[in-house]
Amino acid sequence: MMLDRRTAIAALLAHRGPDLAIVTGLGSTTYDVASVGDDDRNFYLWGAMGGAALVGLGLALARPDLRTAVITGDGELLMGLGGLATVGVQRPANLAIIVFDNGVYGETGMQASHTRHAVDLVATAHACGIELALDVTDPSELQRLGLLLSRFDRTLFARVRIAPDEPTRVLPTRDGVELKLRFRRAVGTGAADN
Amino acid sequence: MARAGPPGAAMREPTWDKEAEVAATPLPRSETGWPDQLFGVLKAKDIRQVGYVPDAGHSRLIELCAGDSTIRDVVLTTEEEGIALAAGAWLGGQRAVLLMQSSGIGNCINMLSLIKSCRFPLVTLVTMRGEWAEFNPWQVPMGSIVEPALRLCDVLVYRADHADAVAGTAEAAIDLAFAGELAVAVLLSQKLIGRKVWVE
Repeated sequence: MMLDRRTAIAALLAHRGPDLAIVTGLGSTTYDVASVGDDDRNFYLWGAMGGAALVGLGLALARPDLRTAVITGDGELLMGLGGLATVGVQRPANLAIIVFDNGVYGETGMQASHTRHAVDLVATAHACGIELALDVTDPSELQRLGLLLSRFDRTLFARVRIAPDEPTRVLPTRDGVELKLRFRRAVGTGAADN
Repeated sequence: MARAGPPGAAMREPTWDKEAEVAATPLPRSETGWPDQLFGVLKAKDIRQVGYVPDAGHSRLIELCAGDSTIRDVVLTTEEEGIALAAGAWLGGQRAVLLMQSSGIGNCINMLSLIKSCRFPLVTLVTMRGEWAEFNPWQVPMGSIVEPALRLCDVLVYRADHADAVAGTAEAAIDLAFAGELAVAVLLSQKLIGRKVWVE
């Protein structure tokens, strides 16, 4: 069963707690997370394709008091697939990587991605040492994953199987300095010289 | 929710015995060399995450970081992961440093747009290849363009050609990067690493 991406993101973040920081990947997942409502605790990547998981890792290691959820797409993750290996070595208990997998590169004309052809991202995450690797394929599982986001206590990977459509874009600010500064303020990171 | 159960999962336990690995690594243990001085700088400047792609020139420093309880050493599969790691660390208020060999700069070019677009601080300590007594000509194409490539990406370039300049140069780079949210690379001359002995 393929889920609607906007319904899926709304369900995932319906119970977002105050300690949940979000890093999005370049492309549709940035619009998805913004569609739920802009939030200073969202760090949207407008570039740096392949880097979302590692931004999340650096943040999760720096702030064990927060939970960090990386919400990205299959194409973005595939560009930095080695990053799953790096996350698998570190395995911070407060890091979740959630992949909206529609099997296509939506931004560029819906060309098929590797997951459409052969690559199983859940098995890949598991093989990289992330034991809690979930395949989310229906609304009840999605709801459970949303609840898990406020109480998981080990590295979590989830693939959410979504339909390959392209809903209206919701565009947050593209000013990277503003995104950085407001994020740091929102999570209580100290002055710029720390 | 279905959980992955790949074949052979029960056959291996994915743990990493860092201490055993460090103890088993046969390296010269000079406590006064530039790698040890660099480690002292990282400690003094409150560096809490060190990302690296394994590199012979940085082996001693990597060993020291791996053995330190306040530094998280993060082994990377490719250098651009370390750029993103450093950005995430700064979002959370920690200072990171990235260790790599000069060939890794080529892997970082697009990811450096993250640093420039958001004005993240970045410090990378780069051991040079392809510039002095290089045995392997395949190291030369990237090694010879490291400085102009970094400058094109708006990364400031510092250089240390002598062992007694390494610590001070790194310290200056760290101060500048984190105080001003700037990107600085410290190039460590191949002369510091020495001539590589190859056995045919």
